[in-house]
Amino acid sequence: MLEKAFYGDKKYWTWVIFLLILMGIGSIAYIYQLRHGLMVTGMGRDVSWGFYIAQFTYFVGVAASAVMVVIPLYLHNYKKFEKVVTFAEFMAVAAVMICLGFIIVDLGQPQRLFNVLFHPTPHSILFYDMIVLNGYLLLNILISWNNLHADYKRVPHPKWTKVLAYISIPWAFSIHTVTAFLYQGLPGRHFWLSAIMAARFLSSAFCSGPAILVLLLLILKKVTKFDPGEEAIRTLAKIITYAMIINVFFYSLELFTAFYSNIPEHKATFIYLFKGLQGHGSLVGWMWVMAISGLACLIILIPPKFRNNQDLLVVALILLILATWIDKGLGLVVGGFIPNPFGKVVEYRPTVYELLIAMMVYSMGLFILTILWKVGVGVKREVGEIPK
Amino acid sequence: MDNKRRKILKFAAVSAALGFTGLPIEGLASYFPKIGKYVRSDKEKKAKQWAMVIDTRKFKTKEDFKRVIEACNSIHNVPEDIPNKKQEIKWIWEDEFEHVFPDQENPFLAERYKDQEVLSLCNHCQHPPCVRVCPTQATFKRSDGIVMMDFHRCIGCRYCMAACPYGSRSFNFRDPAPYVKHKNPDFPTRMRGVVEKCLFCYERLADGKMPACVEASNGAMIFGDLMDPNSEVRKVLRENYTIVRKPELGTEPCVFYII
Ligand code: SF4
Ligand code: SF4
Repeated sequence: MLEKAFYGDKKYWTWVIFLLILMGIGSIAYIYQLRHGLMVTGMGRDVSWGFYIAQFTYFVGVAASAVMVVIPLYLHNYKKFEKVVTFAEFMAVAAVMICLGFIIVDLGQPQRLFNVLFHPTPHSILFYDMIVLNGYLLLNILISWNNLHADYKRVPHPKWTKVLAYISIPWAFSIHTVTAFLYQGLPGRHFWLSAIMAARFLSSAFCSGPAILVLLLLILKKVTKFDPGEEAIRTLAKIITYAMIINVFFYSLELFTAFYSNIPEHKATFIYLFKGLQGHGSLVGWMWVMAISGLACLIILIPPKFRNNQDLLVVALILLILATWIDKGLGLVVGGFIPNPFGKVVEYRPTVYELLIAMMVYSMGLFILTILWKVGVGVKREVGEIPK
Repeated sequence: MDNKRRKILKFAAVSAALGFTGLPIEGLASYFPKIGKYVRSDKEKKAKQWAMVIDTRKFKTKEDFKRVIEACNSIHNVPEDIPNKKQEIKWIWEDEFEHVFPDQENPFLAERYKDQEVLSLCNHCQHPPCVRVCPTQATFKRSDGIVMMDFHRCIGCRYCMAACPYGSRSFNFRDPAPYVKHKNPDFPTRMRGVVEKCLFCYERLADGKMPACVEASNGAMIFGDLMDPNSEVRKVLRENYTIVRKPELGTEPCVFYII
């Protein structure tokens, strides 16, 4: 089946080579980082996690969001998702690979990575994160690949992948809950120390992930004639709308608690993010873009008339991805370290190296996604689901 | 083919294969335990929970701080004057009262405290969050209460830095060797990519000596067993009003401050 990835037109190969070039450029930066250490990044003793871990956090959400296709299909027998489920699972696989990539580039001693396995430490949340992430990766590979293979052989899906699909549902929730636990259980980091953190993570994941999926499916439709179906896109848009409303609601809960209680530590990061603190505010512009695009996308998403217009929907989804990405992929992780434990503001700015290395990880993820989706499209074309 | 050449070829092939899988030889070697024998000295100082009291009243001049800080840096291979201030390594250092005790914020703080500098170092907490989060047990709590680091096991994930509410931990963003002014061959050096912090001079306690800072402090720092009611620290704690950093977090710091 994999051979399908080796037959493609010129456009396909151009895209693949383009991704390989990006990965190549990024790996030069990574080799430089390996040789000189994380000194090439903008991180420091105060903001000790930066762009890498923030991207990791965002993409755990994207990975978990495949469950928004799996639940309707497997628990509610919503047949319209049958065509897209494999693509959603493949996207989850690529997203988990991006997560693992960002973890590895963030380590100071990556070659010692396996110490996490050799010295299993059940009181560390990172230990559980490793288990759930790798488990989720495995589940999705097994389910999607075997189901696709069954399609390819024109036989019904095996029973056991269905069982695995059921298991993958709570598992998807667990990956993002555990990722939130990495943050929300730390004493003294007031911005993260919030019981609603995991719920916030899930709600933002369940709107941003499907939003990325819909955009990718629309691109796929353009380049391959694969039609995900009007109905499927509409249902996904509805799911995205609900999840985004909940996400905005949860965010406002955080704001209420911090500002009504008037506790300085709880307010400090929010003030830093939206207004600037002690004369520093390099994220202020970003945060307001987040606030405005977050609300603007809801204006398009809530009325069905706008939402069901595909051009408007695309605009809304781009705004939504921008808003959720700024929230989780920028403000959340960096903001948690500001102010530092001494009450001082020390800012963080990613360096060119960090951005190049992030580009490497992203293009690696896109590469995996391209290969997997190519195989998916190839099989679907062969069995006649896509016009030749 | 002569043996030597064959060996070299073999070596080259193996290292190429390892290099290909992303595991440099050096990396593989780091998994093998280094077997050596450790003999405990009978001079070793023992305790259930080591603790420190810092008498901030006795730190008057810059010199008082410098002497103590230098005592530590000079024997622990602590790199100094790293060009990027944000990526500094610090074991014990001075900072303003308001920064070390941010929860004591009070706009009408007495003059004396406003200008007061205090020492900051790892608190060797009784419930250390850094130990709780470390995924490899490279940070662990010894039976004498010292929160210890295994520099050879640490993977450099920096989770412990996010977890420590006191900013006590430093990460080697670069190779520290060029910045170590006084090299001490008897104490482990660190490589880039690992976390480090104050270790309460475990190596000196093992030799029956007091921590270097305590020795250099001219009585401004007191060290002893917190669980022993007759120890010097307990005596000082009984007789003076002391505070700890961020007690509300439940970490139970073992460094106390007389103000
Ligand atoms: S002060 Fe920080 S590094 Fe030291 S034991 Fe407490 S939490 Fe760990
Ligand atoms: S950086 Fe090292 S000591 Fe700190 S949590 Fe990670 S493995 Fe443990």
